Amino acid sequence: MVELNLTKGYWLFIALYLVVPQVSADLKYNMPVGVTEVSHAVHSLHMTIFWICVAIAVIVFGVMFWSIFHHRKSRGAKAAQFHENTLVEIIWTLIPLVILVAMAVPATATLIKMYDTSDADVDIQITGYQWKWHYKYVNDDIEFFSTLSTPADQIKNEAPKDTNYLLEVDQPLVLPVGKKVRFLVTSNDVIHSWWVPDLAVKRDAIPGFINEAWTKIERSGTYRGQCAELCGKDHGFMPIVVEAKSEQEYSAWVANKQAEKEAAKQAAAASATKEWSHDELMAEGEKVYARICAACHQPTGMGIPSVFPALKGSPVATGNVQEHINIVLHGRPGTAMQAFAQQLSTTELAAVITYERNAWDNNTGDTVLPQAIQAVLDKQ
Amino acid sequence: MDVASEHSTDHDAHHGPAKGFTRWVYTTNHKDIGTMYLWLAFAMFLIGGSMAMVIRAELFQPGLQLVQPGFFNQMTTMHGLIMVFGAVMPAFVGLANWLIPMMIGAPDMALPRMNNLSFWILPFAFGLLLLTLFMDGGGPNFGWTFYAPLSTQYAPPSVTFFIFSIHLMGLSSIMGAINVIATIINMRAPGMTLMKMPLFVWTWLITAFLLLAAMPVLAGVVTMMLMDINFGTSYFSAAGGGDPVLFQHLFWFFGHPEVYIMILPAFGIISHIVPAFSRKRLFGYSSMVYATASIAILSFMVWAHHMFTVGLPLAGELFFMYATMMIAVPTGVKVFNWISTMFRGSLTLETPMLFAIAFIVLFTIGGFSGLMLAISPADFQYQDTYFVVAHFHYVLVPGAIFSIIAAAYFWLPKWCGRMYDEKLGKIHFWWSFVGLNLTFFPMHFVGLAGMPRRIPDYALQFADFNMISSIGAFIFGTAQLFFLYIVVKCILTGEKAPACPWEGAEGLEWTLPSPAPYHSFTVPPKFED
Amino acid sequence: MNHQHYYVPEQSHWPIVAAFALFFLAAGTAHTIIHGQPLLLIIGLGAIAYLFVGWFGEVIRENQAGLLDNDQVDRSFRLGMGWFIFSEVMFFAAFFGALFYIRHFSVPWLAGEGAKGISHMLWPAFEASWPVMSPPDSARFPGPEETVDPWHLPFINTLLLVSSSITLTIAHHALKKGHRAVVIAWMFVTVALGVSFLVVQGYEYHEAYTQMGLTLHAGVYGATFFILTGFHGMHVTLGTIILIVMLSRILRGHFSARRHFGFEASAWYWHFVDVVWLGLFIFVYVL
Ligand code: HEA
Ligand code: HEA
Ligand code: CUA
Ligand SMILES: [Cu+2]
Repeated sequence: MVELNLTKGYWLFIALYLVVPQVSADLKYNMPVGVTEVSHAVHSLHMTIFWICVAIAVIVFGVMFWSIFHHRKSRGAKAAQFHENTLVEIIWTLIPLVILVAMAVPATATLIKMYDTSDADVDIQITGYQWKWHYKYVNDDIEFFSTLSTPADQIKNEAPKDTNYLLEVDQPLVLPVGKKVRFLVTSNDVIHSWWVPDLAVKRDAIPGFINEAWTKIERSGTYRGQCAELCGKDHGFMPIVVEAKSEQEYSAWVANKQAEKEAAKQAAAASATKEWSHDELMAEGEKVYARICAACHQPTGMGIPSVFPALKGSPVATGNVQEHINIVLHGRPGTAMQAFAQQLSTTELAAVITYERNAWDNNTGDTVLPQAIQAVLDKQ
Repeated sequence: MDVASEHSTDHDAHHGPAKGFTRWVYTTNHKDIGTMYLWLAFAMFLIGGSMAMVIRAELFQPGLQLVQPGFFNQMTTMHGLIMVFGAVMPAFVGLANWLIPMMIGAPDMALPRMNNLSFWILPFAFGLLLLTLFMDGGGPNFGWTFYAPLSTQYAPPSVTFFIFSIHLMGLSSIMGAINVIATIINMRAPGMTLMKMPLFVWTWLITAFLLLAAMPVLAGVVTMMLMDINFGTSYFSAAGGGDPVLFQHLFWFFGHPEVYIMILPAFGIISHIVPAFSRKRLFGYSSMVYATASIAILSFMVWAHHMFTVGLPLAGELFFMYATMMIAVPTGVKVFNWISTMFRGSLTLETPMLFAIAFIVLFTIGGFSGLMLAISPADFQYQDTYFVVAHFHYVLVPGAIFSIIAAAYFWLPKWCGRMYDEKLGKIHFWWSFVGLNLTFFPMHFVGLAGMPRRIPDYALQFADFNMISSIGAFIFGTAQLFFLYIVVKCILTGEKAPACPWEGAEGLEWTLPSPAPYHSFTVPPKFED
Repeated sequence: MNHQHYYVPEQSHWPIVAAFALFFLAAGTAHTIIHGQPLLLIIGLGAIAYLFVGWFGEVIRENQAGLLDNDQVDRSFRLGMGWFIFSEVMFFAAFFGALFYIRHFSVPWLAGEGAKGISHMLWPAFEASWPVMSPPDSARFPGPEETVDPWHLPFINTLLLVSSSITLTIAHHALKKGHRAVVIAWMFVTVALGVSFLVVQGYEYHEAYTQMGLTLHAGVYGATFFILTGFHGMHVTLGTIILIVMLSRILRGHFSARRHFGFEASAWYWHFVDVVWLGLFIFVYVL
């Protein structure tokens, strides 16, 4: 009997062995092997447990189907009388236990490795926002936001979708290859989770707390991931793109970024002294609004009742200008309204506030100049 | 199911069912209450299932076509909540009501009026929950796990109503659990010692303890939410010294036992059906009892396996990984026992048995993926992907739901005195079986390939498998409408059933005539092993 | 075991009344909180009052009629009450667990200690202390100026509650012996002790709010303090009402020396509330 069942199991095993690797070989349908030591370890752990489970399944289901076929009443099977055997119970308690211990050993080793965030070369602070990521290169004093760049018409099925549909951003996180990078993950509002499968890094971003994680990328390339914790309406629309560059390229990128920052500062200074016309501000403001504000307050300015307040005809957007500036700059703590003082330039702030005060029949006629924003910022 | 109103063999006319609607509203009868629970559960299953259909329809193709992301999140949330609290739990309580008194030889549940209250709270609770969908800002949109601060500071105003509907459900469950415990401990026929109780009774006894220990914690955590939202406390806000992760600890301290609440009674059901259709006594009765108890105890020590990525300290991570893996051992014992029961039996494959066998296979597959999830470093890749969705649908749909369907086929003759149509039953089985695997098996692949859960739109590489899932879901969904038809047909026009329609079935309930009289055992039977 | 005469009550309209009442209570509370209109809540409270009087009244009548005079029925009630109290224990366990977590994990982490001490980067000014006198973001959650001294009012309250448990036990023993006058006297004392506890607690809350800046929104210390003591206080209130009902039943000559489960159940409840207080006194006030 045992023999028979083994052959049966054997054939099933062969069958599965032929099918499953077919599927798993095509990495599209299996966990990616990834590009870090840890991701390799995790992948092999995954495959090991998977095959153990398959083996157990083959044996267990093999016996079961064998009984189903051979001990059918219609085949004249008479039921046996046994219904207890302490020895087999003990055996099939112990064998799984041993298998589990065998799984736990490599798992523990991998986990300990994952938790060792010491001696990092680069520190990146990652902050989740509804619905974008903020990256801060702690050692290099660079920071920027990274937002979904897939156009809305692709999402609404009005245009053909790109290959990287929903997995593309305006500014990717650039990391050096071969260096230990430590991530300091936190959030500005709700819980998000920063996940890049190829790095086998997934860490929840908890508001008010910092979680650590690390990676050491082996190959340069572009690695994509997504937010992995329900964070509200646009949870499905906050991807992550990591660009891993060789060390030289990375240094060049850092230098370039710092130069850009300098340039941006000068541009801001220039724009602060520039005479902005109302129409120029409106045009600029419309762009900023669509990029930053429309996710919640909606392109129509109508908001979503009881969730995101409307701006059209709202007391803030049609009332006292200073109050409006204050809210945009500092946000409303404890709500989805973020503080934008650090996120946008004075020009962008001025433009978007001007836009909000005049769009959708708000028609206050107000023009808010970058200088006015600067004045408020200077006061602090 | 119009039970016993006709051909009642009840001699005690004074205690027969009342006429009209008061029979159902004022009833203290465990069978009436059980019937109401079962119908409510089925209605909720259809509602929750319709929401799943909305989800699957939206996910049929990439891009947003049917619903907006905000509404999609409400559907996901409500689907999870309604299936868990509205379909599976009430169905098991309904089965407990119908079966426990009959199985232990009792006249009724120990506290009959409270029993009625436990039931009648539920329509109100779910009415309230569904009402939130129509409130300003929409219904709950933060997942059935409602993590703070998304569910506190960032929630729509209807969250307060949601909290109170959870309170009502919890109250109902606690009263139901107390009733089950009192009934089982106190109402057994003379001679039925604990270790002679049918396994369904045993698993429910243990489930009731899980309920009593877990539901009050849920009540506690939603109360903290209520306070944080409306009265300025800061349990879940770092700004005041609290921690959003505290919410998760409390929630999962309830939530993990909750998933075993949804599977232990199923284990009991399978332990009745497999021996009946194997015509052989259950293998390893006492080890089944000990295994169930071990699962229950362990279930309170593993909650943080849902939180492997929140940044637990390493020691915690390891502890919860090991403890979770341990659960495979007692669960394995159960699987092995069922298979040993079939081994060298004399099997026939009527519909309940088909569902039971599918349960064993598919639940085990779900258990295996659970075990993979338990391996903390690997879970970093699985967490919050469709791999998790695949896991829990494998343990819940062919697990909890199949066991309930199997139980319905198995005991329908006892409930309504009529047989279902065996041929239709078999069609229902295969239809469901195909649909189900088509729906949930591909989710393993998209999950591993990196598709997060709870998203209304996805990247292109996930498209083909999502389409298969959606087609499978429609197939599975319509199969359940077919089930409704089979049940109604059985009640109305099924063939008359004998007291014991199954050759191999054992237990006190089969000694009663079919349909079972309004009061099961007004005089306790002599129970002999 | 007497299985023959297990009392299965007739049909009853009380459960559906209860379901309605609970629905109005729940939906009404939510409605009051969100929309500020208490009408539904008032209906709910009224219905609950009607319900308690009606349903328990009916059980008392059944009891007096001897329908419940059956060992098996008695055991069902005991099991019911016992496991109900167990569920209450778990309810409080959630709040004690939260307190424990906050004290031993979240507050130290935020202040730079322990496994997640790096979180301190976000709150550089925050220092760990318990009670938390200045929460991480004191602008949103202004901390308390002072906290309650355990050795004044709370200590008095401890004495009050512990002695009330003793007086209740004395009353119970007297009931078993059939000394009705003694029972009545000690029940009066017990109720008086319970009421005094509540008065002291109310005074303490008043002081906390008006003099100490200790409020629900005073950060996490205020939250745990008021929620734990508040839920306890609600249980004492309920317990006191139950004891008053018991007292009035005794005055009407209910309960026999042999069978008085209603009395015992309320005593269990009262002792449970007492034990919770001891936990509170130690973990909320003293430590
Ligand atoms: C009925 C419900 C049910 C059941 C029974 C289980 C059973 C198990 N679950 Fe599952 N689980 C859920 C419902 C359930 N789960 C739900 C709803 C979620 C998601 C919640 C959410 O986030 O929304 C979830 C999520 C979930 C996670 C979190 C995943 C994540 O979010 O990252 C984990 C991680 O450890 C897990 C593990 C397990 C394990 C180890 C078991 C074990 O009990 C399984 C044991 C069974 C077996 C292993 C098979 C039989 C055994 C043998 C044949 C013996 C030999 C075997 C070996 C030695 C390998 N589950
Ligand atoms: C016992 C619990 C249970 C059950 C039975 C089911 C049953 C089903 N579930 Fe699920 N599900 C959960 C519990 C359950 N679920 C939980 C807890 C979550 C997590 C929620 C969260 O993330 O917060 C979840 C999440 C979840 C998701 C992920 C959503 C997301 O992450 O965004 C999906 C996606 O496909 C899904 C699908 C299904 C399907 C197709 C069924 C089918 O089996 C349903 C079949 C039933 C019917 C369809 C009803 C009968 C038919 C009709 C009423 C007629 C209409 C039919 C047609 C039009 C064909 N469920
Ligand atoms: Cu951010 Cu999901
Ligand atoms: Cu779990």
